[in-house]
Amino acid sequence: MISFALRRDIVRTHQVLAEKIKINCTVNSEPRTLQAFPMERLLDVLREQLSLTGTKEGCGEGECGACTVIIDGQIVNSCLVPMAQVQGCDIKTIEGIAPSETQLHAVQQAFIEHGGAQCGICTPGMIIAAVNLLEKYPNPTEAEIRHGLAGNLCRCTGYMKIFESVVRAVEG
Amino acid sequence: MRAFIPAYQLISPSKLNEVLDLLSRPNDSWKPFAGGTDLMVLLEAGKLPHKNYVNIWNLKELRGIEVTHDQVILGALTTYTEVQNHPVLQAEFPMLCEAARETGGIAIQNRGTLGGNIVNASPAADSPPALLAYDAELELISKAGERRIPYARFHRGYKQMDIRADELLRAIRLPRLTGGLTHYYRKVGTRKAQAISKTCFAATGKIDHDQVSHLRIALGSVAPIPLRCFETEAALLNQPLNNDSTEAAASTFAKEISPIDDIRSSRDYRLQVSINLLRDFLDRLAAS
Repeated sequence: MISFALRRDIVRTHQVLAEKIKINCTVNSEPRTLQAFPMERLLDVLREQLSLTGTKEGCGEGECGACTVIIDGQIVNSCLVPMAQVQGCDIKTIEGIAPSETQLHAVQQAFIEHGGAQCGICTPGMIIAAVNLLEKYPNPTEAEIRHGLAGNLCRCTGYMKIFESVVRAVEG
Repeated sequence: MRAFIPAYQLISPSKLNEVLDLLSRPNDSWKPFAGGTDLMVLLEAGKLPHKNYVNIWNLKELRGIEVTHDQVILGALTTYTEVQNHPVLQAEFPMLCEAARETGGIAIQNRGTLGGNIVNASPAADSPPALLAYDAELELISKAGERRIPYARFHRGYKQMDIRADELLRAIRLPRLTGGLTHYYRKVGTRKAQAISKTCFAATGKIDHDQVSHLRIALGSVAPIPLRCFETEAALLNQPLNNDSTEAAASTFAKEISPIDDIRSSRDYRLQVSINLLRDFLDRLAAS
């Protein structure tokens, strides 16, 4: 026999469950229609529904920048963006940074040539932050580069190589 | 433990009226959700007990920075990035721009909102001290209408505010009366970027005929609320700035703030550094 209290709790629990919503957005220049719970993290949908696993989860609380993506031209932490807020948005991830299948972005190339990546977890976020910085300031000062990367943490502490890679990317 | 995501509602009405309708439902059933930079952290940590949220991110009535002849009116959804880039704020309210630049990294600044920072009511938030020092006024709206209150009277206790569940913070109003003031803003954290404050000091002041004619002192991370130091201000107003008045003010100030030991710093450190910042500000004011 189910108690009244338990039955009430079950009814309540079922009442509050959200339904998946339909979200139209653009991911790496491709129009997408996604089904997701409204509070689902953009990070999880990118990785699990779209298999775009280049975007990493580091801290999951907006401190480390490993999950950085570009929404409507601005970098955001995708672990802090619920799906309900990307309706109609243009999203770009690390998979959409290279100009073609055969050519890397100058920042990606510089990271390879100058040892900008160690374990690799922070690398996609660092590259996204750097690419977005260069879109806004094509010739950044050293201070602007440092400020542009300040929201991204590297647990290998390879900061100088990362910084130098961005400097080299600017120099061409 | 992670939250069970399907249990959370986040609905997105397109009109302000619909949002205010939801907020006015009984039992505080709906709460506003803006940039998410605080709520999503709690969600992920399994520490978000409330389940029903209304997404206000796209409400145009809460966006934009309007400049009138005597006020700058910031929509509650103004992001830190928008604050930093605004020429009138840069020229007349530099401490607010500095606070915005020192809050989180760029990704947070693109998403975090000034209104969210206020109603999240963290005592460690970086923009409230600047807003207090600039005599900000808050504009609250509900189905019942609009009301305005001085920001200095908004925070009542730890996470306690003068806002009803059916009210939404629509805008922050700054009086354009900062001409000729000395502005002094210092955030002290563990790291240059991405740090949460150990203490955060914002002040404005003016000297006329060798006496302090205007003074606002406000701090973060040294009390249960973002603190405007009325008593310290009163101790210095209409006084000349000298050793005696500075010592008297420092002693009032030490009693007015109530820093605590926590994961980010100690009571003693916060007290000493805050007093040092007060002295540094008063030195700079005297030299102005």
